[in-house]
Amino acid sequence: MAYVIAEPCIGTKDNSCVEVCPVDCIHPTREEPGYEEAEQLYIDPDECIDCDACVEACPVDACFAEDQVPDEWHGYIAKNAGWFTKR
Amino acid sequence: MSEVRVAVVGAGPAGFYATERLLKAGLRVELLDRLATPWGLVRAGVAPDHPNIKAVSRVYEKTAALDGFRFHGHVDVGADISHEELLARHHAVIYAYGASRDRRLGIPGEDLPGSHAATDFVAWYNGHPDAADLRFDLSGRRAVVVGNGNVALDADHALEALAASRIEEVLVLGRRGPAQAAYTTPELRELGELTQADVIVDPAEAAIDDESRAWLESDAADGTARRNVEIVGEYATRPSADKPRRIVLRYLASPMRIVGTKRVEAVELVRNRLVHEDGRARTASTGETDKLACDLVLRSIGYAGAPIPGVPFNERRATIANEGGRVAPGVYTAGWIKRGPSGVIGTNKKCANETVAALLADLEAGKLSALSADDLDALLDERCRDRIDYAGWERIDAHERALGEREGRPRVKIVHREDFVARASAT
Repeated sequence: MAYVIAEPCIGTKDNSCVEVCPVDCIHPTREEPGYEEAEQLYIDPDECIDCDACVEACPVDACFAEDQVPDEWHGYIAKNAGWFTKR
Repeated sequence: MSEVRVAVVGAGPAGFYATERLLKAGLRVELLDRLATPWGLVRAGVAPDHPNIKAVSRVYEKTAALDGFRFHGHVDVGADISHEELLARHHAVIYAYGASRDRRLGIPGEDLPGSHAATDFVAWYNGHPDAADLRFDLSGRRAVVVGNGNVALDADHALEALAASRIEEVLVLGRRGPAQAAYTTPELRELGELTQADVIVDPAEAAIDDESRAWLESDAADGTARRNVEIVGEYATRPSADKPRRIVLRYLASPMRIVGTKRVEAVELVRNRLVHEDGRARTASTGETDKLACDLVLRSIGYAGAPIPGVPFNERRATIANEGGRVAPGVYTAGWIKRGPSGVIGTNKKCANETVAALLADLEAGKLSALSADDLDALLDERCRDRIDYAGWERIDAHERALGEREGRPRVKIVHREDFVARASAT
């Protein structure tokens, strides 16, 4: 399992999750290329350790454990993973 | 600038995040730990059935591979070497040694056989060297865990997982309601996924009072509390699956005394009600009491930090006295001993980064004094003959994994000091 960032992040990109992620698996960071263009932040499912830190930190409740993603945002599971495979 | 050397005391998550930031800023780090092994509570507090969380250590392994890093295990600052001796040999010291003492209940009967700190129990279950020689009698049928934090749930989890345990029912007592519980959501959710135990909640106890409800719906409430209340509510309506064991979450109850002649026989409880004041929910006794027969009591009402002589300490909060991580000139703190025992692993990254930012700003401003002594190795050689360096830890790690492989487990932990020393120097 991994955690997933869903729709509320779009246009928000608050970055509180990046500050607390213990394994730095949330991208793109402000220092990385493509940050400005990215509409939201994404969790790398291969790196995520399911610690829940991002859920607690997110001010807009955009982060979910994969099995807790609301139905209407189910597509974000593939969207998060996809962002890392196409890089 | 010539070489700047920082001592970080405590090799848990906070110590490692501080170390990473310091090394990446070009400073040298001497990371000291009282134990032989790094990773702190990731090794000793995260339950073995959370291998994914334990995997956070791979990030710390990357830090340990950076230039300028040295690890010294089996060095107890405050006992083997003093704060003053350490500070004289570094431009700065960061204390990140966590909170290892358990808070006591302060009720009669607390020291009866069968009454223990849950932290000791979890440490023992996790192979912590301090707990290696403890013995827990798990032959009874019912255990009471006092407290509503993650350690309480971990203890619970461990009681259910232990094959040697004959415990059939574990009662977890919270003095306040589900909205005020301190556990984090994944741990609470996991209880409901255990194959060997049903989770039972009395709907009357899970009911949320109007003021707590209003708080949950306000911006002041955090998402964790909201999600916890939702999950507890679901447990309250869940039908029993007739699993062999039961975990009962009880709320609004405080233990008044532990009774027994030779060992724990029962816990006397008083029922509480919530009193809301200035946005905080306190408890008040209703006077209504209850007696629960049990064989084991594990107290888990929090961790507390211990002071190191010469380092300013806030007794009330049980933390090192600090402002944003600054303690005194050249002295800093991070992690639980800085802010108290709260948050998840990742909380320590943000916490340690704040501390290192303060340190680097002070360095930039010329506020860190030069070394007044430069013989750390000689001092450690003299005082800490059992000292273990990072290569020694890597040998221990490889050995533990090899032992585990034979048994089909991730690792079998070494727990005795002399075994660590022997294994660290083995070839």
